[in-house]
Amino acid sequence: MTRQHVRRLTLFMLLAPFLLWILLMIVLPHLGIFALSLREKVAPLVYTIGPKNYLDFLREPIYWNTLLRTASISILVTALTFLVGFPIAYYIAKIAGRRVKGALFLACLIPLWVSDLVRAYGWMILLRETGVVSSVLQWTGIVDGPVELLYNDATVVVGLVYTVVLFMIVPLASTLEGMDDSLIEAGYNLGGSGFTVMRRIVIPYAMPGIVAGSIIVFMLTAGSYLTPILLGGKNSMWFTEQIYEQFITRFNWESGATFGILLLLFTSLTVWLGLRLSGQSLATTVARSEA
Amino acid sequence: MRACKLFPALLSALLVAMSASSWAQDTLRLLTWGSYAPENVIERFEKETGIEVEVTYSNNEEMISKLRATGGGGFDLAQPSHDRIHAAQLEYNIYKPMDLSMIDTSVYDTSLLGAVKENTTIDGETYSVPHFWGTSGLVVNRKEAPDLKSFSDLCDPRYKGRISMRLKRTILIGMGYAMGEDPFAAYGNMTEYGRIIDAAAEKLIECKDNVKTYWTGGDDLSNLLRSGEIVASDAWDGTAFKLNTENSDINFTPPAHGALGWIDTFTLPRKTRAEEAAYKWINFVMQPDVAKMMSSHSGYVTAHRNGGDLTSDQLKQSFNDAFSRQDIANIKWFANIPPGLEDIEGKVLERIKAAR
Repeated sequence: MTRQHVRRLTLFMLLAPFLLWILLMIVLPHLGIFALSLREKVAPLVYTIGPKNYLDFLREPIYWNTLLRTASISILVTALTFLVGFPIAYYIAKIAGRRVKGALFLACLIPLWVSDLVRAYGWMILLRETGVVSSVLQWTGIVDGPVELLYNDATVVVGLVYTVVLFMIVPLASTLEGMDDSLIEAGYNLGGSGFTVMRRIVIPYAMPGIVAGSIIVFMLTAGSYLTPILLGGKNSMWFTEQIYEQFITRFNWESGATFGILLLLFTSLTVWLGLRLSGQSLATTVARSEA
Repeated sequence: MRACKLFPALLSALLVAMSASSWAQDTLRLLTWGSYAPENVIERFEKETGIEVEVTYSNNEEMISKLRATGGGGFDLAQPSHDRIHAAQLEYNIYKPMDLSMIDTSVYDTSLLGAVKENTTIDGETYSVPHFWGTSGLVVNRKEAPDLKSFSDLCDPRYKGRISMRLKRTILIGMGYAMGEDPFAAYGNMTEYGRIIDAAAEKLIECKDNVKTYWTGGDDLSNLLRSGEIVASDAWDGTAFKLNTENSDINFTPPAHGALGWIDTFTLPRKTRAEEAAYKWINFVMQPDVAKMMSSHSGYVTAHRNGGDLTSDQLKQSFNDAFSRQDIANIKWFANIPPGLEDIEGKVLERIKAAR
């Protein structure tokens, strides 16, 4: 064996776990789900192949309304997450001292040590009619009776922003960290106002980080399950819930699989559109924000 | 060199994992409902038999779906309701017939045992024995809603935002009965049944304003009632009896049109790996003193022939406070669900959830 062979073999061995993971955990299950989505149930235990499940989705307004609702709320959440996350990321990367920086990152990370479910229940304890916020408001005399802050779309949005904001902050902060401070100083020296410097220099430089963060946040939100259901209550229609209902309550695996494929296609399409509109490509986004 | 040290460690970990699965006879993987496997009962069983019990909490739909996904594997004993055996077995082949000679059937209430046998016998093979029975009806805070007596009263505008429901098939059927129909009798006729649940759904959509939120589990419902956020809901009687012991204003109310009766069973998944342990568990929990522990914990009555007495005095009191003799005679027992029914119901339930 030549040295080159050895090197190639080493590379292959190092890549093998990753390739196996992609193949066994991602590609094969999706192919299986796709095959299932083309199966039509004629009668108990009798099946044929065809596009009926996809047509059913188009014919039933409840389903595509839910998908559109999920997508639009996810986009709103992504935008809000950016608005909330950008100042924090900027502060961490550019203003905070070395020690404060670490503490701030840690403060952002701590909520992630607790499971999704516990965090959602935390919100419920705070916001329910007999909860902490309602009691405090009554005690201070701002409101007369108990207020219900749960079970509406605004609460769902707040809960989702809270859950995913870290995934916006980290790529943003690391992109901004790589930015030379002299670029900002030069902007001011040339007479730019704070706003102009932000708009013409900082944001364009941070674009790959913004896009990377947005993609992660959008995907996490569109695919989330617990937060929208627990905080949304009786009117929460979330597409993942629809998939669960098809699989579990209706025993309709075919239609559940169809919805799964549709969610994947739809979110991928949205991300592709976002990349096109922002003039970024997946390659530059990932490469720069990781730098 | 580090890799060389790591390898034996990995190998031994693998061996431990493998031997753990070959020791499966010593564990019983139980798929059941929340509150059906109290800690003190499990501890006693483990001490007496040396068999470890692994509990997974679930509900009817999830039990069937989980077993369907594995072809009846992954669990050694399941507890679906009596009406969920027949169709699921015919369509998905997920259960295994029971060897009734392994079970001491003399301790059972003969009518419950007979009813479950009748519902779950396919081609001469019996698939289930009963464990707990109970009813679905209303849980009412009688101080806040003294005259709430029927499923249709859940739609009374006086209780706007003060009602909860579980958005599952029970609410459709209960509402159907409240509207003077007979949903169980219509099981065989899909168009007739579809008409009944469509009408029920219309009514439920109309009064969605009354609903604060849909509950999904017993704890969920208990919290809503305890905190006073809701005054009534559809409910399982056991959950309501438990609440009654905390707050005497809250108790179960069998609806005027009859409470809906179910029997949760013991059923073997097709690929059970610890059949013997499963029979041991079944016989163990039906001993009078263990049945009493179980019943006091869950709030439901066991299928033991003295089931009504084998529970805590408090729960006995709650039961007698809720049910008159006539209410018991009026219970409508869930009939076997024909295949495909749940798909129709699911669609109707989606419509209710999506309505604004």
